[in-house]
Amino acid sequence: MIPVEQPALVETFDEDPAPAVSASPARQLWRTVRHSPSASIGAGLLLVLILVAILAPVIAPFGPNTQAGAPFTPPSARHLLGLDDGGYDVLSLLMYGLRVSLLVGFAATLISSLVGTVVGIVAGYFGGFVDGLFMRVTDYFLVIPLLPFMIVVADVWGANLLHIIVVIGALSWTMTAVVIRAQARTIRERTFVRRAQAMGAGHTRIIARHLLPQVMPLVVANTVLNISYAIFTETALAFLGLGDPTQISLGTMIEHAFLRADISEGAWWAVIPPGALVAIIVIACSLLGRAIEDSLNPRLRTAHLSARVFRVRPTRPRNPGRTG
Amino acid sequence: MALLEITELMKYHQRPRGLVQTLLRQPAEAVHAVDDVSFTVDKGEMLALVGESGCGKTTTAQTILRLLDPGAGTIRFRDEDITTFSQRRLRSLRRQMQIVYQDPYESLDPRLRVGQSIEEPLQIHGIGQSARERRALVTQVLARVDLTPPGLYIDRYPHELSGGQRQRVAIAAALAVQPQLLIADEPVSMLDVSVRAGIMNLLRGLCRSDGMGILMITHDLAIAGHFADRIAVMYLGRVVEIGDAREVLRNPKHPYTQALCDVAPRHRRTGRSAGLRILGGEPADAASIPSGCRFRTRCPKAEDRCSAEDPQLRQMPGRPAGHQAACLLADQW
Amino acid sequence: MAHLLEVTDLNVWFTSPGRPDVHAVRGASLALNSQERVGLVGESGCGKSTTILAMMGLLPSSAVVSGQVLLDEKDILANGDQSMRPHRWRDLAMVFQGAMNAFNPVRRVSMQIADAIAVRRGLARRDARQRAHELLEMVGIPRGRMDGYPHEFSGGMRQRAAIALALACEPRVLLADEPTTALDVMVQAQIMELLQRLCHEQGLALILVSHDLPLVAQVCERINVMYAGEVVEQGSVDQLYDQPRHPYTRLLLAATPDLDSEEELASIPGTPPRLDRPVVGCPFRPRCDQAFDRCRHEPPLLKPVGQGQAAACHLNDHPAPPAAPDSGQDTKVEASGRTDGTA
Repeated sequence: MIPVEQPALVETFDEDPAPAVSASPARQLWRTVRHSPSASIGAGLLLVLILVAILAPVIAPFGPNTQAGAPFTPPSARHLLGLDDGGYDVLSLLMYGLRVSLLVGFAATLISSLVGTVVGIVAGYFGGFVDGLFMRVTDYFLVIPLLPFMIVVADVWGANLLHIIVVIGALSWTMTAVVIRAQARTIRERTFVRRAQAMGAGHTRIIARHLLPQVMPLVVANTVLNISYAIFTETALAFLGLGDPTQISLGTMIEHAFLRADISEGAWWAVIPPGALVAIIVIACSLLGRAIEDSLNPRLRTAHLSARVFRVRPTRPRNPGRTG
Repeated sequence: MALLEITELMKYHQRPRGLVQTLLRQPAEAVHAVDDVSFTVDKGEMLALVGESGCGKTTTAQTILRLLDPGAGTIRFRDEDITTFSQRRLRSLRRQMQIVYQDPYESLDPRLRVGQSIEEPLQIHGIGQSARERRALVTQVLARVDLTPPGLYIDRYPHELSGGQRQRVAIAAALAVQPQLLIADEPVSMLDVSVRAGIMNLLRGLCRSDGMGILMITHDLAIAGHFADRIAVMYLGRVVEIGDAREVLRNPKHPYTQALCDVAPRHRRTGRSAGLRILGGEPADAASIPSGCRFRTRCPKAEDRCSAEDPQLRQMPGRPAGHQAACLLADQW
Repeated sequence: MAHLLEVTDLNVWFTSPGRPDVHAVRGASLALNSQERVGLVGESGCGKSTTILAMMGLLPSSAVVSGQVLLDEKDILANGDQSMRPHRWRDLAMVFQGAMNAFNPVRRVSMQIADAIAVRRGLARRDARQRAHELLEMVGIPRGRMDGYPHEFSGGMRQRAAIALALACEPRVLLADEPTTALDVMVQAQIMELLQRLCHEQGLALILVSHDLPLVAQVCERINVMYAGEVVEQGSVDQLYDQPRHPYTRLLLAATPDLDSEEELASIPGTPPRLDRPVVGCPFRPRCDQAFDRCRHEPPLLKPVGQGQAAACHLNDHPAPPAAPDSGQDTKVEASGRTDGTA
């Protein structure tokens, strides 16, 4: 049999630059966000919020320490969200508070994601004794209750932003560790990892080159969800009076609203906006995080074979000569 | 001196105990995955290890590569006893023993380009002084596996290639370090029929041209017959017949081999239904192997003494040297 | 003569947003007579599974179908799911690929079959159970094992149970999609023997889909060979083996290992065409060793080439080897002419 000449093989490759499934994780993430309405909304919201927080000193109509008028002034054209119990412009406070909340959220998440990912990968990859050891440590941290711990820290070392960040980070890395460990264990069994081992690759190479890239998308999804958790936790701590007294965060705004008679004065504009903003952040993070998670699991996306209503196109007039 | 020599290899698994069993302190069942296996692979030769699932062929391969630790027996590679080498010592040896897996869709890292996948073993074993030199080697080996022009493939991702092409990439990665022994675990069973011969010819060519020894694991007797030099048939952890490929398939002496030959694909159907020996039942549980000859429960020719004596591999009288079978009654047919 | 089941000009497109449609089945036609066993053979991506799923109306909602599926000369595809539903499982039953893994792990096998029977045929629980036991016995599962859980069944036994499930409503046609792919050769042979026996005893017609040509040849009387979404050759097993009239069939046979033969195994270079683009001319042309000019522009039609044999190849129109080889940068033409020996 005469072998087919080269051109035939070239024909089977398509020359257009974008392959059906992009291998680069960043590309994949971008695609997910673009195509999923919930992810786009979530990402969009987060982007806007981050921008507002960064630009707060520039775009806030009033400074955080500027008394702009009488306390409990209702919203007007000049003060879109009115003035709070101290006569400060609520809208400006919201922007500054957003800064602090986001700062704490991102910083705490950085710690928890980093520690959690490392622990998860090491435990999942090595298994055996190492896995047991790390998981017992994880269990230990898992049961430390947040509130009493924070109270103790506040009491002994004082409550400032740094301490809050460390506490939240130190108690939430466990969630990440457990999730990443499960994923690492699965990836470890995949053929290409076994093959790398058979080739003689060392642990470092396998983890860095093969394991980590496969785990990254999950890390990203998990991080986004952690951010919402961290911000929410900070808000809760601040609300309970364990926040940094020198900083305004969304949580302290709510705390003040409760403690300083805003409610009995009927000043809803000082009570609702900070809480609503926290809710928006959490929703945005959840939308984005879940969409990323879903895109990682192909089984969730593809509908299984079930007797669905399929479309029947009416039989077109037969092409001349097309025989049956 | 044989390239690879396995003697009386044993590998048992512990079957995990259920909760009740653990509480009652019942001993875990031992699964006799590899139960006294011996064979050799020479340079420039392809030995096919044939058997159904659960017969222990994949476990044997993994044990040879020391990805699993053998329970007993010896593994000699290039006349060196590597049975008890530490993983560290084995690292450098791994260059000489490479493996190609069954699933071309899973054996390549989907995030690495073809060139990177092939370059990896070079990097691991320190071959090639510079990135450019390594790329040149990668190009060379791509040409050897008939992925030409190499430039067309080297920067592709695995998902852009067909199954046959991916398998060639996997073979290229194994070849890049110029191993002396290649273990191919069902290299074509997941590929379309039309591309199987291409891959198998490639492998056989490597035996001839490079003097590489290939241990091919397969359940497909016909492929083994077409391409391998020798065949070893395994059943429940034991080699039951071994010898020259053509010889064993023309004159199978062990009833299991005979049954496998009967159900293997043949183009001529005439007279197939008559006397077709389709074995009933399925292979016995590897945790409870029958006494005496382990095949006797399914053997159409078993006699009383088959339950008393465990047959060993022995030269078949009247057949060419090297054709051995583990059957007490083989002299009769 | 009226066929029991006839598929005419079946087309299936898979749509997805933002991507071109994939034309998975491009005008497939086949026929099945009562109690006949027919094979549908092809490699991955040729559309064979999609074809029988279309026949059962089990395609996902992203699929668009056109063509006719005539059961007793009545088009059951005409109104989509509505017209298919009454026939599903009653006249046409299917054993899916991987059916043996589709059992509910926490329910006894006999119960699962009984459930399906009770729902489908409206029988009382006890009668359904009895019928389930009868079916399981018919497929060769020992009495004592019938009430076990799926994990207590071996792979072969689960496949038998899947076949029993398909036979629950006494269908007339059994569609089997790669029923033995994940099984050992010995078990494979057992299942094939079972299918043959069942067809004989129950008067079933069978369409067996597989990539394994010799396996299909063992069980079936006629074979349809599919490539790139269409049927490229049909005929009896002997006709196909002795006188293939399509180069793909011939090459496929040459690539299939045979325990008896000493000949070199062939392989077919190249890959099948992408089906998300229109295919120009003959879909097999890039890989064909006998292609010529006409093949480039004109798609060949499935035409009869003998008693009960049909092929879709331009070579069958030419009694002699074509004079002018293809002048493109394409495959070279074998001057030796056709290998089938027909005048």
